[in-house]
Amino acid sequence: MGRSLSDLGFFIGARLLQLIPVLVGVIVLMFLFTHLAVADPCASWYPHAKKAVLDACRNYYGFNQPLLVQFERYIAGLLAGNWGTDQNGAAVYPQIAQSLPATIELVFASLFIMIVFGIALGAVAAQYSGRWPDHLIRVFYLSGWAAPTYLVGIILAIFVAPALGFPTGGAFSTNPPPFPQPTHLSVIDAILAGSPSGLADALVHLILPATALAFLNLGIITRMTRSSMLEVLPLDFVKSARMKGISEGAVLYRHALRNSLITTTTILGFTASGLLASTVVVEEIFRWPGIGEYAFDALINNNFSGLIGVTIVFAIAVVVANLVADILYGLIDPRVEWR
Amino acid sequence: MARDDATGGTAAGAPPAAARRPVRRARRTELLYESLRTLRANPLTLAGFVLVVLLTGAAILVVVLPPITSTLFHHAYSILPYDPNAIGTQPLAPPSPTHWFGTDELGRDVFSRVLAALPLDLGIGVFVTVLSVAIGAALGLIAGFWDEGRVGRSISAVILRVTDIFLAFPTLVLAIALTAILGKSINSLDAVLVALTVTWWPYYVRIVRGEVLVIKHQGYIHAARIAGLSEGRILVRHVLRNLLEPLTVYATLDVGTVIVTFSTIAFAGLLTIPNLIEWGTMVATYQSNLPSDWWLVVAPGLGIFVTVLALSLLGDGLRDVLDPRTRRAFAREGVSSTAPTPAAAGGAAE
Repeated sequence: MGRSLSDLGFFIGARLLQLIPVLVGVIVLMFLFTHLAVADPCASWYPHAKKAVLDACRNYYGFNQPLLVQFERYIAGLLAGNWGTDQNGAAVYPQIAQSLPATIELVFASLFIMIVFGIALGAVAAQYSGRWPDHLIRVFYLSGWAAPTYLVGIILAIFVAPALGFPTGGAFSTNPPPFPQPTHLSVIDAILAGSPSGLADALVHLILPATALAFLNLGIITRMTRSSMLEVLPLDFVKSARMKGISEGAVLYRHALRNSLITTTTILGFTASGLLASTVVVEEIFRWPGIGEYAFDALINNNFSGLIGVTIVFAIAVVVANLVADILYGLIDPRVEWR
Repeated sequence: MARDDATGGTAAGAPPAAARRPVRRARRTELLYESLRTLRANPLTLAGFVLVVLLTGAAILVVVLPPITSTLFHHAYSILPYDPNAIGTQPLAPPSPTHWFGTDELGRDVFSRVLAALPLDLGIGVFVTVLSVAIGAALGLIAGFWDEGRVGRSISAVILRVTDIFLAFPTLVLAIALTAILGKSINSLDAVLVALTVTWWPYYVRIVRGEVLVIKHQGYIHAARIAGLSEGRILVRHVLRNLLEPLTVYATLDVGTVIVTFSTIAFAGLLTIPNLIEWGTMVATYQSNLPSDWWLVVAPGLGIFVTVLALSLLGDGLRDVLDPRTRRAFAREGVSSTAPTPAAAGGAAE
């Protein structure tokens, strides 16, 4: 194993192969959990329906068949690209595919906020370690940890948004926006349409939910940056940089910070799972048209195919995020081998 | 330093039991002093520690004081200023000296209600964490310590694959989904407990296995094996003992995370027990009263915030002390005066 491009290809291939048993496990578990707990969702979908209607519903969805037969049917459908249907008989896959970009956009926007503020705060905390800026930053990032995402979301939506004049529902003021949406990423669509007012509209809709989502994990980035900088500061290369007469700022930010970024990168993969999960809450509060809101509705409505579908997407995203973090780790740190 | 002499002495040869005892006692007192020094050196960790003690004390008093006093004095005293369920005459009163956090739509005292919810939220945090640590540590020990031989390798592979599957679910999604699904057939509070534990244990398998893989190749483990100690004894005295410190730190931080997740599930409306006083449910119920009757949301929000912040401050401070890498940085900064490695020293001396 080494660091050539073929090693990287082999590494990615092996990791994607490992994804298969994980996905099978996730699907089996979710299928069992949902179908064992609620054997007959038809009764909850049509509470006052006659028996004939319920029977038709059970026939249509196959709930009257043995569990194993239902599972076979679901897997066969999944392999053929059919992710099942929801309680209204609409196919699940197109709905997930349509709402996924909005969530990806939200997660990346919050990652951006997280990285910029987290690394800056962490570097300052390390520079003043043990003194009051360090303590202040620690209280700030632990507050992010201690404040539940829904609380931050509500405070941002109800107190901060009106104060700043920001909207709190959806991705655009008009739905759909007055330009085409080829990517369903609100900011990118606005740029592609060449509409500055559309871009501004997209940004003010995006910034508050992204901030609410970023607040939770800001602490992890800050903490990692701080402690890995503290770890690097006593090392010889930093000392020699100081001895060369480089200014203290340059020593800190060009030498120490750059080295400590290695550890920070790996944490990003680790936070992906928490970020994705929190979208369920944040999207519900800000009515962001993403997959989290879809998952919540699916859960409430006993839309099992929808729920399993979202879980599959989340599981793939978690594994891919960790893979990307490992690849980045190797690219940044020449000592790391991909294997 | 006394400890250096002690470790040197034991390493040189097996000392008689009588000589070993004071050494162990000395090490224990030194560890205690070390912890106290750390608490004093870092004001935030101290604040977190004091808050955690106060909150735990308050939670215990809320539960045990009324029954104890009613049997002793035939009158139930409580640290709650008002009966949390007593309907009052002033609905939706803002915070005042008589009602610190105001009153709700039925005139009930919000401060008493927030305090009455403390034992439930804190208790669930502790319960789920302890259970997850127990399950995760047991499986992690097996997967890490006995991964040789054909049987051992396959058992540890099975444990790790199952763990991977659970780790691929985002925590909150799995917990919410499980609660919703289980809540349809069992009591929703039990459903949350099961859901949270099922979600939490895999993290401890990973943590414990990682630590065990490092520990089991240390010199003192080989030494213990050569000295003829049984595998079980090595596991408990040397491996498990060295796991206690990192596990304490992770668990302290995790109690807070469990509380946040639990309250999020409650906020999502999945805790469907009538008249249950709980912080997340309170936030969810009164969010439509915002922004005018803000105290109805701010008060339970503060309950969660203060509890989790206290646990985080304590856990975060402890982590800095126990992590040898950041400890070095602290020593350099003069925050902690000595830099011993309790894990290594503890293992070598026994």
